[in-house]
Amino acid sequence: MSPPVAPPGWSRWLVPPAALSVHLSIGQAYAWSVFKPPLESALGLSGTQSALPFQLGIVMLGLSAAFGGTLVERNGPRWAMTVALICFSSGFLLSALGAATEQYWLIVLGYGFVGGIGLGIGYISPVSTLIKWFPDRPGMATGIAIMGFGGGALIASPWSAQMLESFGSDSSGIALAFLVHGLSYAVFMLLGVLLVRVPRTEKPVGGDGPSALDGPQVSARNAVRTPQFWCLWVVLCMNVTAGIGILEKAAPMITDFFANTSTPVSVSAAAGFVALLSAANMAGRIGWSSTSDLIGRKNIYRLYLGAGALMYGLIALAGDSSKPLFILCALVILSFYGGGFATIPAYLKDLFGTYQVGAIHGRLLTAWSTAGVLGPLIVNWIADRQEEAGKDGASLYTMSLFIMIGLLAVGFVANELVRPVDPRHHVPVPASQEEPTDQSKEKEAADVQQQQ
Amino acid sequence: MSSSSSSGPPSRRGLIAFAWVWVGVPLAYGLYELVQKATQLFTG
Repeated sequence: MSPPVAPPGWSRWLVPPAALSVHLSIGQAYAWSVFKPPLESALGLSGTQSALPFQLGIVMLGLSAAFGGTLVERNGPRWAMTVALICFSSGFLLSALGAATEQYWLIVLGYGFVGGIGLGIGYISPVSTLIKWFPDRPGMATGIAIMGFGGGALIASPWSAQMLESFGSDSSGIALAFLVHGLSYAVFMLLGVLLVRVPRTEKPVGGDGPSALDGPQVSARNAVRTPQFWCLWVVLCMNVTAGIGILEKAAPMITDFFANTSTPVSVSAAAGFVALLSAANMAGRIGWSSTSDLIGRKNIYRLYLGAGALMYGLIALAGDSSKPLFILCALVILSFYGGGFATIPAYLKDLFGTYQVGAIHGRLLTAWSTAGVLGPLIVNWIADRQEEAGKDGASLYTMSLFIMIGLLAVGFVANELVRPVDPRHHVPVPASQEEPTDQSKEKEAADVQQQQ
Repeated sequence: MSSSSSSGPPSRRGLIAFAWVWVGVPLAYGLYELVQKATQLFTG
């Protein structure tokens, strides 16, 4: 399938909704927990077993993004979105069959393996295209899409819960819910497949801004051989680990912090806190990523990692003395967590150019998979050990919080080490692109005018 | 008199509005549910 080139007059503002239709759908993955209790009671599963489809899905997300990135670059965003649609929807359809026939392995295979491929390919599918359409504001453009991934869970969580309430929580009710999910997401994602276009020209639609082909261009193969890639890998891994650390234990954490005070936190208030953290995570994705277009990528990561460490320090030292302070610090940390995810494609574009930025982003997402294991492991393991040692309240988390500060410091140093990529890694510029003729300049200007 | 040579490419405003409503409505639903839940922090 050849990449779909935009016809004259195609607006670049059609591309973010195309990206959102995919990201809002695949973001459903984070709402998998809604299906856990019904599956456990209907099919007699343990908590560990019912988490398997989600865990396999996240592993497949990392693998397919890492290994499928080059294919996505080669075949274009429409191909990638089509693959994402087919895999994600058929994952649900296979799961529906699995629930109806009470064959749990089919749910693991369908949602986890097949659906997981859809997650990975879908996640990276619009990144490169958005950066090409918005070379003047790449942070904002990718921020919109990646915000959608956070938004997907906000939609799916109440929607899936309502569906299970209507259809029932037995195996046939779950099967029907999976079926409706599969069909609905197929229709919803179709908008992205139909709307997505690659620009006719690499010049920005806004006019005088930078071109998508400005600066160095590095292939995905070469990028992974540069220290810059691995510095950013460490930056992302540390930032995500720190965020997941708090996200994973948010509800018990706020309850434990204020358990011995005059204002303990109720179960419903703790649920409200978790919801507020999701809002901060989403707002950070679009807000901080857009800010990075103004203050620069290196500076915004200094903020995420430096101010993030400061916030963790405040929670560790004074978090249990003031509820507003605890909540404020946690919200800022979660906004930095979201911002870190959303800004990384633009950082990659600054360093490696747009040539294969989607594929490079796919490879970098292995840092996310690593952090997904590391963050919860640190917080849970340490909290369990502290509990065994007879500690309670805020002191259960003190050591974890200081470890998070250490990890953020490592990320901060890695960010400081980022330098422009050595020219020997650059893709040679074709002679025709070095000196554009008057005729090609005129044609390009006409294309730019038509796409405004 | 043909106006095709003087008129520009077709306007996509309707399509842009449709596309944003398509993704905006579910997102607004999700945000509404989120706000409902988040208020429990202050009322719960």
